[in-house]
Amino acid sequence: MNAARTRSRRGTTAALLTVPAAFLAVFFLYPVATIVVTGLAPEGHPELGVLGRVVTDPSVREVAWFTLWQALLSTAATLAVGLPGAYVLSRIDFRGRRLLQAGVTIPFVLPTVVVGSAFLALLGPRSPVNAALSALLGEAAPTLDLRRTVTAILVAHVFFNYAVVVRTVGGLWSLIDPRVEDAARVLGASRWRTFREVTLPLLRPAIASAAAIVFLFTFTSFGVILLLGGPGRATIEVEIHRATTQLLDLPLASTLALLQLVAVVASLLVYGRLQRRTTTQPLVGSATTLRAPRSRGERWFLRANLVLVAALLLAPLLVLVERSLSTGAGYALTNYRNLFSAERATVLAVPAGEAVRNSLVFGVAATAVAFVVGGLAATAATVSRGRAADLVDRALMVPLGTSAVTVGFGFLIALRHPPLDLRGSVLLVPVAQALIATPFVVRTLLPVLRSIDERLREAAAVLGATPARIWREVDLPIVGRAALVAAGFSFAIAVGEFGATVFLARANLPTMPTAIFRLLGRPGAANFGEAMAMSTLLMLVTAAAIVAIDRLRIGQVGRF
Amino acid sequence: MTPRPVHAGAPVLVAVLLIASCSPDGDPGDPEEAPETVEDTDEVDPTDEDAEETDVEETDDEGRPTDDPEDEAATADGATVTLLTHDSFDVSEDVLDLFTESTGHAVDVVPLGDAGTALNQTILTGDAPQGDLLFGVDNTFLSRAIDEGIFTTHESPLLDEVAEGFVLDDQHRVTPVDRGDVCLNYDVAYFEEAGLDVPEELTDLTEPEYEGLLTVTNPATSSPGLAFLLATVETFGEDGYLDFWERLQANDVLVTDGWSEAYYDEFSGAGDGDRPLVVSYASSPPAEVIFAEEEPEAAPTGVIEASCFRQIEFVGVLAGAEHPDEAGELIDFMLSEPFQEDIPLTMFVFPVNENAELPEVFEEHAVLPDDPLDIDFELIGEHREDWIEAWTAVVLR
Amino acid sequence: MLRITDLSVSYGDHVAVTGLSLDAPDGKVLCVLGPSGSGKSTVLRAVAGLEPPRAGTIELDGTRLDGLRPDQRDVGLMFQEHALFPHRSVDENVAFGPRMRGLGRATVRRRVEEALALVDMSATARRPVTELSGGERQRVALARSIAPRPKLLMLDEPLGSLDRTLQTRLLEDLPHVFRELGTTVVYVTHDQHEALALADRVAVMRDGRLEQVDEPAALWRAPRTTFVADFLGLTYLTALPVRDGVASGPWGPLPVPGTPDGEHDVVLLPGAVRATDPQRPRRPGELAVPAYVADRRFAGDHVRLVATPDAGPRLSVAVRSEVVPAPGDRCELALDPRAVRVLEDDGAADGPLALTLTSPSRPSSSEHPAQEPS
Repeated sequence: MNAARTRSRRGTTAALLTVPAAFLAVFFLYPVATIVVTGLAPEGHPELGVLGRVVTDPSVREVAWFTLWQALLSTAATLAVGLPGAYVLSRIDFRGRRLLQAGVTIPFVLPTVVVGSAFLALLGPRSPVNAALSALLGEAAPTLDLRRTVTAILVAHVFFNYAVVVRTVGGLWSLIDPRVEDAARVLGASRWRTFREVTLPLLRPAIASAAAIVFLFTFTSFGVILLLGGPGRATIEVEIHRATTQLLDLPLASTLALLQLVAVVASLLVYGRLQRRTTTQPLVGSATTLRAPRSRGERWFLRANLVLVAALLLAPLLVLVERSLSTGAGYALTNYRNLFSAERATVLAVPAGEAVRNSLVFGVAATAVAFVVGGLAATAATVSRGRAADLVDRALMVPLGTSAVTVGFGFLIALRHPPLDLRGSVLLVPVAQALIATPFVVRTLLPVLRSIDERLREAAAVLGATPARIWREVDLPIVGRAALVAAGFSFAIAVGEFGATVFLARANLPTMPTAIFRLLGRPGAANFGEAMAMSTLLMLVTAAAIVAIDRLRIGQVGRF
Repeated sequence: MTPRPVHAGAPVLVAVLLIASCSPDGDPGDPEEAPETVEDTDEVDPTDEDAEETDVEETDDEGRPTDDPEDEAATADGATVTLLTHDSFDVSEDVLDLFTESTGHAVDVVPLGDAGTALNQTILTGDAPQGDLLFGVDNTFLSRAIDEGIFTTHESPLLDEVAEGFVLDDQHRVTPVDRGDVCLNYDVAYFEEAGLDVPEELTDLTEPEYEGLLTVTNPATSSPGLAFLLATVETFGEDGYLDFWERLQANDVLVTDGWSEAYYDEFSGAGDGDRPLVVSYASSPPAEVIFAEEEPEAAPTGVIEASCFRQIEFVGVLAGAEHPDEAGELIDFMLSEPFQEDIPLTMFVFPVNENAELPEVFEEHAVLPDDPLDIDFELIGEHREDWIEAWTAVVLR
Repeated sequence: MLRITDLSVSYGDHVAVTGLSLDAPDGKVLCVLGPSGSGKSTVLRAVAGLEPPRAGTIELDGTRLDGLRPDQRDVGLMFQEHALFPHRSVDENVAFGPRMRGLGRATVRRRVEEALALVDMSATARRPVTELSGGERQRVALARSIAPRPKLLMLDEPLGSLDRTLQTRLLEDLPHVFRELGTTVVYVTHDQHEALALADRVAVMRDGRLEQVDEPAALWRAPRTTFVADFLGLTYLTALPVRDGVASGPWGPLPVPGTPDGEHDVVLLPGAVRATDPQRPRRPGELAVPAYVADRRFAGDHVRLVATPDAGPRLSVAVRSEVVPAPGDRCELALDPRAVRVLEDDGAADGPLALTLTSPSRPSSSEHPAQEPS
């Protein structure tokens, strides 16, 4: 009977995995493989000599080394800044906590193109820091100019990935019984020792998976490096972009893409191992771990963190808003008026309403795709707990660490012959966005699906509910909220997606990020102002999605 | 959705496509979206009603319209010509409508990223390109496009109206459409207030009084950056340009990766920056006038003529085009006066047709050097990567 | 000796403990008894240094603890639900305290062995704590809190999460462990039964204040307030008119010498009421309480009758005779008028209970023979 049950479960799993596996195969593996093969076997037979040539090239080595160390350093910096934040947001109760928790997630879904300019302003010689310095010290004040430094890269990486640490680690932290830490204190451990010997080991799985994800994102960093690192610095991702779009050196691009893939898969494997450990780690249940700050030290700690978040996360967003409102003569809504009143006189002109609407429509479509694919994968992983489901689950995350240009070019090169002739198709945009959003759907749904206690269903059955009724009365209300959260988050991700969309969006259907990019590509103060206004709108749309889902209090958004 | 036999062999893919395709405009669960999209596509082409609407719907649902035999039937009076281009391309709707009215062909514009990206994508999709013609290859990358053989010949009768200097390919695989010279721009107010002379020659830039004033873009990632590098190669020769860059480097030149960072974030004449000299276009000053919040008397920025490098943009019919003849017609149209006169205010470059009249704001505020710096495109093709690499070694490393 | 003087603790706006003064004598077991939310655990946390007091002082053996961090106080605290380190094995949990005190490897090992032996858990030393049963976890938590040999051992509802059989067994073990240790023990519970079994002294807490401190027997003999009476499971009569040292109860006069005239609450002490039968008829001086039987429950060696008197509150008595009246039967109870005490007016009966006479309706009252003479 057991064998029969196992067999039927395998059958179910296989059926559930068909769509996610096919989606991944057709829209990721096939395009990426096509472009890599084109690079490595230009005449139809592999020329692996190029691998050796690239790997031994000193400048490639330099790029690989820089990519690695800046990613490690960025991960360390993000953890260093994020861990106190995770503590504050999961343990200390203060007014505006939930709003802040939603707020810190906004940078994560914003494209670099939107915040890049604001960042430059904050890191440059005219930043408020420098203004304060010169107000304090007068002429003698040193001018901090962090533009085009590694520090700028680190700051930006912390900005974009702070939420990953806060959400992932904070999520676990709020489940750890504070009395366990109290016990250590009473047993004679100092605060630091308690953190090192008790809290840290308990948080380790979450810290490690957050670190793996931040590493993944910073290792494949593109916009931040280009914009803030200055032209002297390049990651593998930047080099792939350059080799593909400028040099047309596909052998180089393909080799680099493979190199990056190896690193990405490696960090995902590490992440996967740690994930399994998290799920088997028993957590101490506790009524609430939140409480008002008590000691003076705690209040200072809270304040310091709030200041840090304000300086690091809020300031760039505020600069964005400030610039969108600023006109030659003070502040006004001129830029927004221009944005919305612009008539569609030219083919590529972007009336704001249309871009917003396209973004929303594409976002909804991408969410639908991501939801079906991710939902099926998560269900399969819940039903089977087997290898195949795990594999698909991991594989769905690989696109997150793959160069957008590889995917974008892959789409265009691979999907142009029947039966998959999608040249110029509007489908490509939501599909590309869904590729990025799907892992977030899986990550949100999986823990909730796994957490539904079988006894709840049994209780409902004993109380007279039919299987369909059980699904409606038990599963749906519990998963329903998580599903809304997953949908909202993948929507925010899709709306903010830029890297692949820019290759695929059609002239008559620009999205908000591509519209911003186009506006920034033109001279004239009005264009710049409209770009800032559009950036602010994009920020508001994503913020609205995130705040809305945070209201649902599932608390799993952006958790890995 | 029209069933397509080609899908029958791959049921899984059909399922995926169904899931994916029901959403943008065909979702029955979302009645509001469908009519809006139709209306939207209507705007693209308001003149040609019934036939075009059907066509557009097919396009949105199925991908490339011209694959389907039904499409051909639906647009019996004309085809849809797909124009591949870069992100900076633009044209007025009513101008494009003129083309559709006179030929019956609709135009689908597909931007593929920046100029380099658009070209490389087209090269990589050579045997089954995404469109019928590619616009936006300039003389700095022309040799790559020609060597890769992506274009087929089309000799436009309107070339008579184009100055001979712009026709670089005597086999007419590419046709010149516009010229947009890359020049150093300067912040007029800054030099007035500082009582400093605007530099006249490139060598001036290495003088101490101009220390820390110039922003350029990386020639490896930005096309104006490449043009400016070529300007220095032409001015100082292959033996001398690196010396110049070394001195420029010593004089605190700033390099950004892209034009918009240089122009908006570093240049004081247009954005928030504090450097009064930047690599931009000859057309940037009139753009500053047009896109100012209140139209100024004079342009806030100016152009240093001695720094200008000629950039000519070309269009060509793609070798794998489905509608080569219609594409040729579009090229002819792009050389005609209506299109040529539309160019300055949509793309901020200058027309090549000598009969095209410049708009007033260009007459007033634009400086177009008669004889800008120039290097033979084949020579550029031979040395481009070497020059960039040498530059990178000197300036960035 | 632990001495708490005038202690106040608050969480934000909520005052958890206010003006509390309490002594725990050396080597004795002090039970802090009270309903949940009365501030018992807060007192322990304040003594351990986990909650900063708003006012008051805490001294241990003459040393002020107030300024010290938890790790400097040398007190032991066994947490409610145990708070074991889930990432460590049994022996690692127990070794934690000795390690923090910087003891040598060998000493640490000896302490661990001793502590585990004391709670009879030596066999499980290597196991992960996540695999332990509830009773085992409780023992490990106890071992962990005693291993560093603190000057003061505090236990917060240590039996709270265990089933009754285990509770009973551990309740038998604990006095032995406490004797063995010889340290001062502060034991927090909401269960009067535990307090009775373990305490040398009992402190009853209510709403963050101390209500009464006494030896267990004294507490039962002389509860001071309706709250204490209620909590101990005693029945009391509210608002009896008192004149010239005699209260007029529903079943006759009750002598309350020295009580000023007016209305007073009067508690029936354990053993004040008994059932009469032909073998044990009402004695002279006892008051007759005519009633009918409302309910009857077997409790092993006796039967508990719940009787509704014709006047006055429901009463519950243990019956050991062979013939026990059935529900609905008439019966006669006898009240010893000397076994009553006047309670201080404390406002506990301010609620709807104020008008009628009441007996505690806590479910445990039927299970613990609280009114049995002890």
